[in-house]
Amino acid sequence: MNAMKRTKTLKGIFRYLRPYTGYLLCTVFLALVTVLLTLAVPFLVGLAIDCILGAGEVDFARLGDLFLVIGGCIAVTALSQWLMSLCNNKIAYHVLADIRRDAFRKIEVLPLRYIDSRSYGEIASVVITDAEQFSDGLLLGFTQLFTGICTILGTLVIMLVLRFEIALVVFCITPVSLFAAKFIASHTYSMFKLQSETRAEQTAFIDEMVGNLKIVKAYTHEDENEETFAEINERLKKCSLRAIFYSSTTNPVTRFINSVVYAGVALVGAFTVIGTGGAFSVGYLSTFLSYANQYTKPFNEITEVITEFQNAVACASRLLALIGEEAQPSDEGNYVLKQVDGNIELSHVEFSYSPERRLIEDLNLSVTAGKRVAIVGPTGCGKTTIINLLMRFYDVLGGSICVEGHDIRSVTRHSLRAHYGMVLQETWLKRATVRENLCMGKPDCTEEEMIAAAKAAHAHSFIMRLPQGYDTVIGDEGALSQGQKQLLCIARIMLCLPPMLILDEATSSIDTRTELRVQDAFAKLMLGRTSFIVAHRLSTVRSADIILVMNAGKIIEQGTHEELLQKGGFYSELYHAQFAVPE
Amino acid sequence: MKHLLSCIKSYRVEAILAPLFKLLEASLELIVPLVVAAIVDHGIAEGDKGYIVGMCLLLVGFGIVGLAFSITAQYFAARAAVGACADLRTRLFRKLQSFSYTQIDEMGTSTMITRMTSDVNQVQTGVNMSLRLFLRSPFIVFGAMAMAFVVDVKAALVFVAVIPLLSVAVFAVMAACIPLYQKVQGKLDRVFLSTRENLAGVRVIRAFCKEESEQKEFELRNGELLAAQKRVGKIAALTNPLTYVLVNLAVIALVYVGALQVNAGALQQGDVIALYGYLSQILVELIKLANLIVTVTKAVSCEKRIERVLDTEGEPDVLCAEYSDAAPAAEGGAYLEFRHVTFSYAGGGAPALTDIHFQVRKGQTVGIIGGTGSGKTTLVNLLPRFYAATEGQVLLEGRDVRTMSATELRERIGIVPQKAVLFKGSIRSNLLWGREDAPEEALLSAVHTAQADDVLAAKGGLDGEIAQEGKNLSGGQRQRLTIARALVRDPEILILDDSASALDYATDARLRAALRETGRTVFIVSQRTASVLQADLILVLDDGKVVGMGSHEDLLRTCSVYREIYRSQFKEEEA
Repeated sequence: MNAMKRTKTLKGIFRYLRPYTGYLLCTVFLALVTVLLTLAVPFLVGLAIDCILGAGEVDFARLGDLFLVIGGCIAVTALSQWLMSLCNNKIAYHVLADIRRDAFRKIEVLPLRYIDSRSYGEIASVVITDAEQFSDGLLLGFTQLFTGICTILGTLVIMLVLRFEIALVVFCITPVSLFAAKFIASHTYSMFKLQSETRAEQTAFIDEMVGNLKIVKAYTHEDENEETFAEINERLKKCSLRAIFYSSTTNPVTRFINSVVYAGVALVGAFTVIGTGGAFSVGYLSTFLSYANQYTKPFNEITEVITEFQNAVACASRLLALIGEEAQPSDEGNYVLKQVDGNIELSHVEFSYSPERRLIEDLNLSVTAGKRVAIVGPTGCGKTTIINLLMRFYDVLGGSICVEGHDIRSVTRHSLRAHYGMVLQETWLKRATVRENLCMGKPDCTEEEMIAAAKAAHAHSFIMRLPQGYDTVIGDEGALSQGQKQLLCIARIMLCLPPMLILDEATSSIDTRTELRVQDAFAKLMLGRTSFIVAHRLSTVRSADIILVMNAGKIIEQGTHEELLQKGGFYSELYHAQFAVPE
Repeated sequence: MKHLLSCIKSYRVEAILAPLFKLLEASLELIVPLVVAAIVDHGIAEGDKGYIVGMCLLLVGFGIVGLAFSITAQYFAARAAVGACADLRTRLFRKLQSFSYTQIDEMGTSTMITRMTSDVNQVQTGVNMSLRLFLRSPFIVFGAMAMAFVVDVKAALVFVAVIPLLSVAVFAVMAACIPLYQKVQGKLDRVFLSTRENLAGVRVIRAFCKEESEQKEFELRNGELLAAQKRVGKIAALTNPLTYVLVNLAVIALVYVGALQVNAGALQQGDVIALYGYLSQILVELIKLANLIVTVTKAVSCEKRIERVLDTEGEPDVLCAEYSDAAPAAEGGAYLEFRHVTFSYAGGGAPALTDIHFQVRKGQTVGIIGGTGSGKTTLVNLLPRFYAATEGQVLLEGRDVRTMSATELRERIGIVPQKAVLFKGSIRSNLLWGREDAPEEALLSAVHTAQADDVLAAKGGLDGEIAQEGKNLSGGQRQRLTIARALVRDPEILILDDSASALDYATDARLRAALRETGRTVFIVSQRTASVLQADLILVLDDGKVVGMGSHEDLLRTCSVYREIYRSQFKEEEA
């Protein structure tokens, strides 16, 4: 992996750890206590065993004292182990929650360009799966890393004190295992990355197909899906196997190096025993061997952690990439729009989604307060793009859009959007109660206001027929029909009464009888409000003050119904083709 | 566990070899102390340096063999874990795909997705760890106990006492954690739902300036998840201290019993040291085990969630083999018949459709019209048996659809749903959903019939790219492509469930004219009278009941609801 990127990722991880410095210090302290006591217990047991010399030669009094001390050590160790686990949990889970929170915050401010160009499953997989794997790695790291390091340091000191030339042998060979671990780790990183990418691809596929399971079933496309799924699954299996296997060789390799250490200690130790003529006793040698073992064990664990950490870092880098993604330009210091009457001015607007395909060029339009603007044109001509620009979901590439004389880029998004009421053809409802969905735009509305809005949108009667009325939990999937959802979206707007309206085929799924009634309410709503209406239905279009006729991303005609008809251009052609009643 | 086990079964060789090689490696570990003893007893005692070097080389040799064994074990464990979980995922995907519409409604998609992804990943890690350690640990524990018996029976009784206690402790912690972990995964579902919802509804959320409250809500759920994780973490954290305390108390007991035995002359000091050595080995193993217990417990609880899905009976291909009171085909050979059909959604209270009764002849065009929520979509969903009638029968050529295979039924009936969904890929790959082997001409002619030639032109032909959910197309473009997709299938019966709503009148009219030419039986669900005007049979639905049936002219005379609908639009069109 790119070393710089890796350093950046690690820095990012440390940034998340910083708030928990206190807990980190606690963990380190507790690890020290645990390790010291864990090392002391065998020593004490050794002393106890020394009290048992032979038949009739057992010092029971001293034995009892030692047992008390050992018991105390056990109690303290157990307590500090437990507290250490709690600290580690606290750090790992809080960091997880923090990082998820930040990732979600970022989602809320990401430019739509980013979200529109990716599948939901892919982004969600980062926030859910990657975050989880990251925290698992972190937890395991903390649990084993600190105790490991403390054990290494503790035994090293003891060995140096006991016999430093043998300690030197241990000291020199053991780091080889760290190199080995590092070598394997750096070579498996790309495998983990591939695994996490393939996993994201699979999640995206699952998200798409399981999310639209009903369509899949309608087309009996289950078998084909299974094939595609099997193909991705097979690839995932292959790269997972590689990542997991190669990374798991770390542990055996370091264990092998440890056995070399062990043999080295045995060799040098035995020679020392012979050389010193017994000054360095056999008993010392056996203690040494056991400490050498104690010393090398944590290396195994640490290398195992390194493996896990590889995966965690790969996941963290994806998470941090999401969090570090450039947000939409900040609103800070922008003007807060107040008292909007609805004067909108578009001058020389240029826009395109991709540089190769120019879409809107030099669009000029001036709308004074309370005017009704209808946007018509063949399907797919770019009507929705205008809405994207008005709402500032996308920023213009050239020219400007001004509301009440303020360029919308110099105004806070909230204050801009709060003055718009938007109903889209693609209805979207939150998984929440009807009430929560309706009051989205005006959370502090009264019960009466809400019911009045629902009645105006002719949604009240069917809401009352739902199992729990206004408290029924609804969602994007589920039993409501498309038309009913649209009525709810309309009621949502009726409740907040914004000065400007954007209606994109707002009534396309509502039956005409209901629509006629809703139209009355709409007409009342539009009175005195600047409205942009994308519609097919003639009645709406005809009564507009300005009709924008769009084709292939450009506004080709502009004017009132009569003017445009007289002009005999594209609009009149469209009008005769579209609205002539086929009898 | 039965599904996981049966998945592992196909990797049984690997699943057996992995722990086996682990055990071989562990046995080597048990021999090492003997070699050291030999060095001390022979090498040092006799001052034989050559012997010492030889023995040390032997230790290195053990190291090499151990390396080979353990790498082999890791390989097989990884193979078994990855392979079995890939199979598990495939099974899960297949099972989810077999769910009926009702089951889909009940379960909700976000939990289905977390089960397929996050849960399976956890299981994979768990299986991998278990294969590597779960046999090794008991092996060492019981091996050490057996060795203790060789040394001294009385002292070994300490082992006999402590090992069950240890098992109880370990399993009690696991048992307490499993349901808590399941709760954690449940909370994770909610966090996932929030995330997904915010991506899908990004425009509406931003339009309503709801970013902050959405964030608050997410943080609330995130906090709940955190609390649940910490709760289970607190209990899981007990494993390590608990085992430590138990083993070290056993050490005290052992030394005490040892002291008594030595005092009585039944045992020697060296034996006590050996016994203590074995107990230490047990402790080391248990500490390893305790570190993994979180992983394994998580895996088990995730596995349970997966099992619950796999244990659910999917939708059978044929609902019931025979339907006893199926009368022979109705007189006049009705092609399609609804016979007193009543339908209620599961848990939905009042029936969505009541006593629907009508017949259709082959090649007829049937229009279904009615208000929002009057049951039009529900009615057509009964035809391909997405939902089965609660009462009465839906008959195709005299056969109850419940007795027909879902595959056959859905191949004969093409439905274009209200929600125009396209999938990531190209226009071609989407159209081929209709029929895998459809030739190029069939695709083009379907596109032409669906009035989508211009979409093709705009997107650069059949290979034009389509983003997930067809996000790069307008509503109308999507609708026409979904119609084309259904036409590629060349079904006997085509159902358009309000699928032309985003089309302008002219395109809609041309589409209907083109469809009429194909001569198949067509159901058109619409809110526009213009769309159903020329149908051979028009059903007028109101509140789940048929309030009018017949041709346009008949209905204008007899049906007040139809008249009202017609007037509401006629006025508009004429105005």
